[in-house]
Amino acid sequence: MVSSSKKKHATALTSEIRANDDIGEKVRLALFRSQYEIRQLEKRAYDMFLQNMVKGTSHLAIGQEAIAAGFAVAMHADDYTYCTYRGHAHTLARGASMLGILGELMGRECGLLGGKGGSMHLTSVEHGAMGSYAIIGSHLTIAVGAAWSAKYRGTDQVAVCFFGDGTTNIGAFHEAINLAAVWKLPVVFVCENNLYMEYTPIGDVTAVEHPAADRASAYGLESIIVDGNDADAVYRVAQTAFARARGGEGPSLIEAKTYRHGGHSRADPGTYRPKEEVEAWLKRDPIPMYRQRLIDFGIVEEVIDTIQADIDNAVDQATEVAKASPAPSLDVIETDVWADGSSSWRN
Amino acid sequence: MAELTYREAIAAAIAQEMTRDERVVFLGEDIAGAGGVFKTTVGLLDKFGAERVRNTPISEQAILGAAMGAAMTGLRPIAEIMFSDFFAVCWDIIANEIAKVRYMTNGQITVPLVVRTANGGGSRFGAQHSQSVENWAMAVPGLKVVAPSNPADAFGLLAAAIRDPDPVIFFEHKSLYATKGEVPDDEHVDIIGTAKVLRDGTDVTILALAAMVPKALEAAERLALEDGLSAMVVDVRSLVPLDTQTILATVQKTGRLVTVEENPRLCGWGAEIASIVADECFHDLDGPIVRITTPHIPLPSADNLEDATLPNVERIVATIRARID
Repeated sequence: MVSSSKKKHATALTSEIRANDDIGEKVRLALFRSQYEIRQLEKRAYDMFLQNMVKGTSHLAIGQEAIAAGFAVAMHADDYTYCTYRGHAHTLARGASMLGILGELMGRECGLLGGKGGSMHLTSVEHGAMGSYAIIGSHLTIAVGAAWSAKYRGTDQVAVCFFGDGTTNIGAFHEAINLAAVWKLPVVFVCENNLYMEYTPIGDVTAVEHPAADRASAYGLESIIVDGNDADAVYRVAQTAFARARGGEGPSLIEAKTYRHGGHSRADPGTYRPKEEVEAWLKRDPIPMYRQRLIDFGIVEEVIDTIQADIDNAVDQATEVAKASPAPSLDVIETDVWADGSSSWRN
Repeated sequence: MAELTYREAIAAAIAQEMTRDERVVFLGEDIAGAGGVFKTTVGLLDKFGAERVRNTPISEQAILGAAMGAAMTGLRPIAEIMFSDFFAVCWDIIANEIAKVRYMTNGQITVPLVVRTANGGGSRFGAQHSQSVENWAMAVPGLKVVAPSNPADAFGLLAAAIRDPDPVIFFEHKSLYATKGEVPDDEHVDIIGTAKVLRDGTDVTILALAAMVPKALEAAERLALEDGLSAMVVDVRSLVPLDTQTILATVQKTGRLVTVEENPRLCGWGAEIASIVADECFHDLDGPIVRITTPHIPLPSADNLEDATLPNVERIVATIRARID
């Protein structure tokens, strides 16, 4: 839930069992499905680079699925998602295909970007996934532009921008939120605070305790912290922020506390983190927690098992198709720099 | 035809396009009520209102990021970066985001936007407000780069840039803002990627850009009068796309090439053209290609120092005289 003080925040973290009131079974199943899909696809991506079938780098969101799911399920189909290089989860959550994502990670023709973007730039405009941007901070300003455009065009679209805790210390973060607040734009900034800026504890390099929430007041915004491992809490905070955005009341800045189960990227085993800390967060793994919540709400286990089995199958199928898919044709290299499809810089 | 200043031509072109297309919006620092620090946007706020002509904070990253986000979602934004030197604080958005997003997304995202900026020296502003940075933009794949030298071109090329489906970095030269010239009265749109032969000649081709163009023309006139030398003057106008056909044809005709570049020496646009000419019409050349540039230094500010640093008519005449017998 939304909280504007530490006290309320603590309450939100502990009130895990609530009546099945505002969310309902259909949405809860969607939230579970989305989280489980992300988890299984990310695990597959990890397996694939252990097999050297995924090249380059890859930044997994294992442990952070509830944030992507909670927001994506709350969004309208024509809302915009902007995310970072840790963007597989958000792109999938908006509806991009597993095959498109795995294919792109593997450098195949069937990839979402035809092999031109790679893991850090997943985009699926048809699903409102407006890009994964790999330079910290920039995409907050781009999301502001999409929100400006939505407002100017008179739609009720919202731009949702996800970023990590490390982003709160770069200039573009502040430029973007200030401008969004001044122009009262329908944009929701979501800080996925996984406690580490790459390899460094965020607290070691940030002047305030809550890297996003404690900055909100500088832009006249409410300080909002949510349990990022609880998809219900995320869904509710998203709904509140979207209502505010669509109501013309301007942006929100939400800090979702979560934890990466793995390291920063493929190259990082994450050994700098205290064992006790990792263990404590693994106990709060969003997926088993949410599965248990479904059961507590009386959803029969067979239904959940079927969802999981279907997703497991879908991941397997996507993997096999991607593996069998050809590499991109070399003919594409010098295409699509310009809108006419060419890359010509001279006559 | 009406006589407009270069700065009036800029405002008139924006007005023409904003009238024609509601998707065109405009943002930047001090562009609304103040009419721009160089008075290039006077009257636009009154004509088009605060929803379309928007003042921003001093936030160059947010200005260009907002333009990019708006462009990829259906608008045709024009963003003003007050001085081109400030590109250095928002270069991520220009070079990493705007320039690359179409390619990286396999054509899913297109960003039809214009970044207007005041470029170049001659105003005694010192090293951080006087640079010619068109070569920065030229070096990044995915950006179109335009730099007009006169009011008619400023009008027509800006209109074309606004209609262009790709991002265009539009370099206005601050020392040209007060210059006057005839601009067509009717709707006027030029073609990006075309150079213009401004003076025909047979002995040497002088390529120039923006504020170097009037200097090249004056130098050509003096060379004709004082030396009987027939210099062709070509206004390059657009660095990306580059009109190599026109450039190569003029070099084939004269056998000599001199570039006049305001940028510091290394990696100026003339170096790329020299390379193309050497590669593709070497045998038409009667002598070495000569580049006249600003020395490879930050710009000084005092009148005499800046005047002696930037390429000027005297230096163009003297260089051509010394190198072409």
